[in-house]
This record gives sequence, structure tokens and C-alpha cells, in this order.
Amino acid sequence: MELSGAEITVRCLQEEGVEFAFGYPGGAVLYIYDEIFKQNKVKHVLVRHEQAAVHAADGYARATGRVGVALVTSGPGATNAVTGIATAYMDSIPMVIISGQVPTAAIGLDAFQEVDMVGITRPCVKHNFLVKDVRELASTIKKAFHIAATGRPGPVVVDIPKDVTTHLTKFEYPKSVSLRSYSPVTKGHPMQIKKAVKLLLSAKRPFVYSGGGVILSESSNALIKLVKQLGIPCTSTLMGLGGYPETDRQHLGMLGMHGTYEANMAMQHCDVLLAVGARFDDRVIGNTEHFKQEKRQIIHIDIDPSSISKRVKVDVPIVGDVGQVLGEMLKLLQASKDKGEQTALKAWWAQIELWRSKNCLNFDRSSKIIKPQFVIEKLYEVTKGDAYITSDVGQHQMWAAQYYKFDKPRRWINSGGLGTMGFGLPSAMGVKMAFPKANVACITGEASIQMCIQELSTCKQYHLPIKIITLNNRYMGMVRQWQQFFHGNRYSESYMDALPDFVKLAEAYGHVGMRIDKPADVEGALKEAFKLKEKLVFLDFMTDQSENVYPMVPGGKGLSEMILAEDL
Amino acid sequence: MRHNISVLLENEAGALSRVSGLFSARGYNIESLTVAPTEDPSMSRMTIVTRGSEEVIEQIVKQLNKLIEVVKVVDLNEGAHIERELMLVKVKAEGAWREEMKRMSDIFRGRIIDVADGTYTIELTGNGSKLDAFLEAIDPSVILETVRTGACGIGRGERVLKV
Repeated sequence: MELSGAEITVRCLQEEGVEFAFGYPGGAVLYIYDEIFKQNKVKHVLVRHEQAAVHAADGYARATGRVGVALVTSGPGATNAVTGIATAYMDSIPMVIISGQVPTAAIGLDAFQEVDMVGITRPCVKHNFLVKDVRELASTIKKAFHIAATGRPGPVVVDIPKDVTTHLTKFEYPKSVSLRSYSPVTKGHPMQIKKAVKLLLSAKRPFVYSGGGVILSESSNALIKLVKQLGIPCTSTLMGLGGYPETDRQHLGMLGMHGTYEANMAMQHCDVLLAVGARFDDRVIGNTEHFKQEKRQIIHIDIDPSSISKRVKVDVPIVGDVGQVLGEMLKLLQASKDKGEQTALKAWWAQIELWRSKNCLNFDRSSKIIKPQFVIEKLYEVTKGDAYITSDVGQHQMWAAQYYKFDKPRRWINSGGLGTMGFGLPSAMGVKMAFPKANVACITGEASIQMCIQELSTCKQYHLPIKIITLNNRYMGMVRQWQQFFHGNRYSESYMDALPDFVKLAEAYGHVGMRIDKPADVEGALKEAFKLKEKLVFLDFMTDQSENVYPMVPGGKGLSEMILAEDL
Repeated sequence: MRHNISVLLENEAGALSRVSGLFSARGYNIESLTVAPTEDPSMSRMTIVTRGSEEVIEQIVKQLNKLIEVVKVVDLNEGAHIERELMLVKVKAEGAWREEMKRMSDIFRGRIIDVADGTYTIELTGNGSKLDAFLEAIDPSVILETVRTGACGIGRGERVLKV
């Protein structure tokens, strides 16, 4: 029996075990939507804007580790999806985005709702396909899922012209894929691994710097074992939070532009650095020239060879799956009689404790105005550190990263690389779809939340009782902070004027809204919100307008050149 | 430094734009780029001539390898290699120039492949500097048109780039 391209598309999603497809219908995908209507294995989630469809699929992928799926129409549907695709690309999130396209005969003729999707997304996808022949549809979708999920993961776009969805062919879903041009290295080189272990054991001031790769490769346990075995300090990037329990003493908190004093100082002054699934990006090490001033040997484990020696020259490169390599290192360590430089290590820890005693994340807990950090601390307490936290982008994102202590991987979901405002709410929808019983909170600001606020409607339709924690300081806080520090207090266009009444807005969408003005009410409001298990609650916290994120490594400065709260 | 990077890639629509897009997006320079199918029609061979520090060239090779349609990448400058480029030059061939152009073409081991009343079209192959030298050797006023393919390259001896 022959099936239509539309039916094949949906069957492929079923074969891949796709639970949810987040999308929005339109002319070019009508036949696909018709097939979605006729089945109930793949549940479609109708968003209110295509950007949200991709973010929701992204949130689902980040929380579950599975491939997220979004479905959009041609033209504006496709272009609206691009921000979401670029967001996933920058953070290496496995996704398949199916976009409709005008019929093959109309391609290139400036047809209604035509856009060169393959051309537009080329720089922000791991790969993309335009399927012109229905006989190649199933194998292309198989390849798309394979490419998205293997190696360094990433989004893959499959663009399907409308006529292809009507053409008939025999359906057979390939069991496996082999691509002569694509076979990511997963096993680290044994000699390099040996070298790395030797170097770590000879270190006097060793430090482990772990990134999103630890989460993506499910290597959290391997990382914990290795760090414990060595007894050395470690840090996580914004993307790596939760890869190592933050409440453990060996973890020095996040590093980078808004990292802790102790993590940044240890990063700068270590003599052997083990970088695990991280990429030395500009927000992490600041000025590379300043970073290079201190002599240190660097071991770098990454599945993507192009991440190694890209910004910082590495001494021991190891290309491979983080978990596999860490496992091999651990075996060698356990078999070794060498216990490392114990005396030097003690001195190193003493130094670190000195740095830690600065208590760089301290803030005024007796303030009469709600401090944003206080809200996050209370949220952490109320949720017992066990919620899924998504965030938007800006000051609130940094406070969430600093004050919510993530002990498990895949609990912290944010747009790290692209820094996409509007990511928080839709990604929380994806997480809530995946884990309906878990507590899911979206930490946001009054500016970010308005970038995808229409999704409150989607939340109503699908009964997604997310808790929206808005740190409302009436400013685009991070923009205001930079304007204060670097632009002579000229707050150009960063004041959020004419804000809606978020309580009424939430109610208009059928949700619960709360406005909290006093520090004393913060905990009570949070408790009440989480008690309302069946309700989305929009908590509008009126926070200190002048609060800044500290520590801060100003742009172009070195890691040890932080501005601390106490300096001001 | 100047590098000659050879790439084997799937002969598919869009593969070229992935490579050129990569170069523009990451700010790498392209001096020349040539591409055509190989003896296996499913595969194309591309030669990119670029300039950059060792670090940049290392990144270029890694980033090229990362493209899904790229099968193999070799920096030919890592060993001995040969480079050739083809140039067609249309020159004035009137009066005294007619004799002079024939002579210059012979000296550079070119071939005149089209003859008209007032023009010659000369075909020249060699490495880039030989072609440059030819253009410098003749009077600029006689050059009507030039077209060059850009360099293609191959390793010397046993060195082979194949799947």
C-alpha cells in the first residue's frame, strides 16, 4: 500500500516515538495536519506563535534528553521559527523542525508564503534538508533524527514542499542510518586519556571546569565520581549547572561574567585545568589574553573537535563522548597507586576557602524593598531545590543561576548561547508537558515575559500549571546595569513604561495572578502558588530597581578583575 | 600563510553554499574556490585557497569537517603538492601586437585557442604566480579580458585524497 507524504511524515514521527509535536498550522502543512488529526500517538500542542513552538520543543528536549519536535508552515511560520532554531543551535539541543514549503513547481517564483527556509536556517542548524521527492522523505526524516541526536547535538530542519505531502509512495522506515560523511568520534584516544590522568595527578592546583556537554551526554555521574576520586574543586558554566551538585563543597558555584569570586579566581590561578564539555566562550573566560597570562596546562574533553583550541590553546585535547572519556579516566585513577600532590592540594583548598570566605553572593536580606536574590532564595527553599527552572534572559537569569542551587542535571533550562528573551515561558510549557507532576517555574522579568506572553493562552488550553516568577524592576535590568556601569547612567530606552497589570492579564487568560510588594510576603506567596497545583500562577514581584548582578567581569576584562558588590 | 585546502564532499544541491556560507559567517578569507564532480559522480572535489594563521587554518579544517556533507578534508600544505590554475586571456592582436602576442604565448607555453581578425584568446595553465607573471609581462593596454579558474591542487607521490 502506498502512503502520502503527509501520512509518511506523521508515521515517521510515530516510529521515532515522538510524544509531542509543538506547532502551528498553515497552508503548506495542511495535509500533514490532516494526518495529525487522524491519529493520536503524536500529540500536537498548538502554540500561539511559531517561536514558542520551537522553544517549547527545545524545553522538552532539554528536560528529557530526547529530540524535540516542532512543526511550522512555510514563509512567516518558518521565519518565526528561526529565533527558536538559533537558540537551540547555540546550546546544542537535539531538535527536528519540520517546515512546510510551497509546492516544488512554485519554488523560486516568489510564491505566496514562500521563503528559502534551507537558505535562511543554514547558519543556525546542524543540518537541513529540502525534500523534493516523496521517496526520500522517510529516509530524510530518519537522517534528521539521527543527526540531531548524535555527536554534538543540534537542530535539524526538514523542509517539505506541499506537493510532496500529497505524492504517494511505499512507506518503509529505515532501521538505521549510515552516512559516509558523518560519523562522530565517541571514543577518546587512550594515549591522550592516559596523559590527562598523569597530568591531573601531578597538579598542584587542579580545577575542573564543566559545561553543557556534561548534561547533553548524561555524564553527570561520571563527573561526580571523577571529582570525588581526585578530591579537587570544580565549577560549572551557565549551561552546565546541575551537572555536578551545587550544594557539594567541592563545587565553587558558577564561573564566568557573573560567576562566583572563588570559581573565577580558581579558574584563573589553577595549574592544571580539566575542561569537560565546555567551550571557553567569551562570557566564561572574559579576555583571553588576560586568561593566558597565568601559566596552566589545559586538558579539554569535547565531542566537537572544532570546540577544542578555538579560543584558548589546549595542551591535551581529547575528542570523544564526555561520559566515555571520564569513565576511562576514572578506571585509570582507581587503578593508580599515585594519590596526587596531597600537600599541595591542601594548600590549594586553603586558598580556595579564603576566596570563598568573601561570600561574594551576599546581599541585603533586611531590605524593605524586595531584593530579587531574596525571591530566588525563597523559591529554592519552597521548592526544596527540586523544581524544573526555566528562565528568560537578563538579570533574573543570572540571579536564578546564582541563587537556585541545582543538584541534578536537566533542571536548569535557559538560553545560554543566544540569550533569547522570550524563551522562558514556552520552554516551561515543553518541560511541563514532559513532566506534568513536577514543579515547573519560569523565572523571568517584566521585559522578557512580554516577548512570548501570548503563550499564557496555550497554557490555559493544555492545563499547564506553571509558576511564573516575575522579578519586576520596571527596567530591562541587564541593559540598565550596563548603562549604569559603562554608559554614564544614561538609561537609554531601558525603562519599561506602560506595563500591563500582570495580575489582571493573568486573570484575563484564565489564570491566577498575584502581586507581591513586601519582602515579608514573598515566602507566603510562593507557598500559596505551589499549593495551587492545578493553576498557572503569575507572581509579579516588585523588586529593587537599582539592584545589580555581582560579581561582574566587565566586557574585555580578565576573570580575576571582577567588580564585587562590596566594592561599591 | 597561504593554504590550499582540498575537500571531498557529497555532490548535492546546496553543499557549495554550506561551504561558502561557513567562510563568510566565520570571517575566513577565500582567495579562490573551485569545485567539480569527481570520477565518482556522487562526490565533488573542492579546492579552497585561503590565508590565515595556523590557528585559523586549524579551525577552518575542523569547521569544514563538521559540515554534514563534507566527507574528507586535507590541508595540502601539510606535505608536497602541486597546484594548477587555468586562465583564458583575450588580447588585442592587431599590427605589431599580432606577432608579439604569439611570441609571448609561446614563451609562457600558452596556446592560442581562438583567433579573430583583431584578437587572440590565449589559454595558459600553471600555478598562480606564473599566470600573474604572464599578465605582468604583456602590455596592460592589450588585455581585453581575463578569466581564471582559481587553483586546484593535488598531493605529490603516494598522497591520495579518496574515500
